[in-house]
Amino acid sequence: MTTVPGSQSRTSFWRHPTVRSVGVQLFMVIAVVWFVVFVTDNTINNMKARNLAPGFSFLNDTAGFDILQALIPYSRGSTYATAFVVGLLNTLLVAVLGIITATILGFLVGVMRLSRNWVIRSSATLYVEFVRNVPLLLQMFIWYKTVLKALPAPRDSLRYDDMFFLSNRGLMSPKPLFEPAALWTLAALTVGIIATFFITRWARKRQERTGEIFPAFLTSLGLIIALPIVVFSASGLPVRFEYPVLQGFNFVGGLAIIPEFMALYLALSIYTAAFISEIVRAGVLAVSHGQTEAAHALGLRHGPTLRLIIIPQAMRVIIPPLASQYLNLTKNSSLAVAIGYPDFVYTGGTILNQTGQAVTIVLIWMGVYLSLSLLTSSFMNWFNSRMKLVER
Amino acid sequence: MKLKLLSAVIGTALTMGVAGASAATLDDVKARGTLKCGVSQGLIGFSNPDEQNNWTGLDVDFCRAVAAAIFGDGKKVEFVPLDATQRFEALKSGEVDVLSRNTTWTMSRDTTGGMTFAGVTYYDGQGFMVKKSLGVDSALKLNGASVCTQTGTTTELNLADYFRANNMTYQVVAFQKNEEVLAAYNEGRCDVYTTDQSGLYAERLKLPDVENHVVLPEIISKEPLGPVVRQNDTQWFNLVRWTYYALLTAEELGVTQANSAEQLASSTNPEVARLLGKEGDFGKGLGVENDWVMKILAATGNYGEIFDRNVGEATKLGIKRGVNSLWKSGGLQYAPPIR
Ligand SMILES: N[C@@H](CCC(=O)N[C@@H](CS)C(=O)NCC(=O)O)C(=O)O
Repeated sequence: MTTVPGSQSRTSFWRHPTVRSVGVQLFMVIAVVWFVVFVTDNTINNMKARNLAPGFSFLNDTAGFDILQALIPYSRGSTYATAFVVGLLNTLLVAVLGIITATILGFLVGVMRLSRNWVIRSSATLYVEFVRNVPLLLQMFIWYKTVLKALPAPRDSLRYDDMFFLSNRGLMSPKPLFEPAALWTLAALTVGIIATFFITRWARKRQERTGEIFPAFLTSLGLIIALPIVVFSASGLPVRFEYPVLQGFNFVGGLAIIPEFMALYLALSIYTAAFISEIVRAGVLAVSHGQTEAAHALGLRHGPTLRLIIIPQAMRVIIPPLASQYLNLTKNSSLAVAIGYPDFVYTGGTILNQTGQAVTIVLIWMGVYLSLSLLTSSFMNWFNSRMKLVER
Repeated sequence: MKLKLLSAVIGTALTMGVAGASAATLDDVKARGTLKCGVSQGLIGFSNPDEQNNWTGLDVDFCRAVAAAIFGDGKKVEFVPLDATQRFEALKSGEVDVLSRNTTWTMSRDTTGGMTFAGVTYYDGQGFMVKKSLGVDSALKLNGASVCTQTGTTTELNLADYFRANNMTYQVVAFQKNEEVLAAYNEGRCDVYTTDQSGLYAERLKLPDVENHVVLPEIISKEPLGPVVRQNDTQWFNLVRWTYYALLTAEELGVTQANSAEQLASSTNPEVARLLGKEGDFGKGLGVENDWVMKILAATGNYGEIFDRNVGEATKLGIKRGVNSLWKSGGLQYAPPIR
């Protein structure tokens, strides 16, 4: 027998695959652990040298600055922690409203791009190509500057019926103040939603069993919208409105939407909608035409074909990339700093400047955006699994 | 900005030793051949670039004076423009050697930031500017106003204090970039623009209709502005601080850019002899040549000359010496003796 040079049995100890892979992994683990320990230790030492207490205790100190828009009670006497929460809520506000608007607009434009009508199709294409190719930051500036420049001073506001005022200080509108009796309406709404849930389930089961169709949609509409309205009227319209009044420099009272919010919200929604529309278009085109023909052959009308055949299949293609657009929108909202909208990064930056706690604050930033992203994607994953092909 | 911050944070995490840069700043600067000086992004009279990126201003001249003391050449400075939010991390991480950017000396900045203030090159205070058409003549009539300012400054803190103390409400609109602040004020987003009074006079010049804006009489805070260095580098701190004192002493003794050579040759005043390095060994203690003050004066002139050239009454800013006069003339500028 001849031995083949370099065969398995002859490999040296260091060349043995198992030894190698275990060795490399062990080395990596040690290196990572050493790195983490080194970095942590160094950071703490460096912070001590600058008289900075490592940790989060500074969050209980008085902030000392005011914030343009706060959804919870906040003043200069509040703590840094509260200031952080104010910023986070501002981020959430613009992100949630932006996601809703971008989704609606995106679906609309996506469908428009598939229209047979030349004007509709081309204007949608124009929108997408323009908006997608101009940097978002620039769009924010365009909105902010044009919005501000175009609008009059508070004294010369554009007004509607002494209720709505539009000026370079923002949009002022009446603020609803609900009386306790409004709780009945809330209760009615809750009842309506729960009832709808059970009725649609029952209707689906019945249809599967007997083939009979129950008008679940109309019933739900009645339960969720009509019922609360009836209760609201019956309980004597328990709402008052606080109207904005021009007093001195500015409007007092009412609900104010500041221009910084408007610009950021418009820019984010319009920008993201362009991407969503492309995703929607791709999703619809991905469903083969044979599906429509088959549905029609089975006698389904156009509406149900779209609702029961096309959209569910398109959704499977749409949802995963849609999720990443939602993440993008949320993260892009941190460009707010540039136009003075006090979002999470903005307030964090101010706190960083006042306290010098750079390391801790950067960690907080990363932790919060990471959590927001994970939350969004797990929700979208859940939604995706609900829309997935159910195999029988 | 975020990139800068991140690098600063990584700097904090990774570097051994006390501050972002090594403790011996003077050696680093000498080895590099230039002084890195943190300045504003453009504030007329204090630190302002022209089209060719030539920087001028009181804060700029201070850096030139430090560079002259080290290299004998006031041009060996690299200016790093910083907004209010970036400036401290830039200093701490070693991106600049000295921060000379209308920065207010406060206790927390001095004691918890890893930084030390080396002196007060300009005594200032916070003021307000409004449009004349509002008909406001006092800050106490600003209840309910929208106020534009820059984030990361003492300004936004004083503002909150002042309105609270006087039981007035207001809406703060704060931006990171100074240009945004002024643009927002100019476009009517705010009724009021607030910052250090020197800044008000400087920024006012950038408005298209200067004559329609007034600075209100109230000064609501103390803003001692001066150069900052990293803490725990006494040698560097001393050099920066004594550069400032030398500028003051020269003015006090009447030594100027024009007459310094003559004074060196012919003055019989021992104080002048010590200042200009004819007597004593004062440069050595700072780690620079003994004729360091001669070099400084050749580059920038004395404190009074710097003030007059950049912000004084003959300039567009037209600021009076006021509290920034020498102590002998009833002002606050005072230097310990060189001996
Ligand atoms: N002295 C104050 C405020 C200094 C400040 O940043 N002022 C503004 C407004 S005049 C400025 O100089 N901005 C110029 C820039 O950001 O480049 C501080 O130290 O916090």
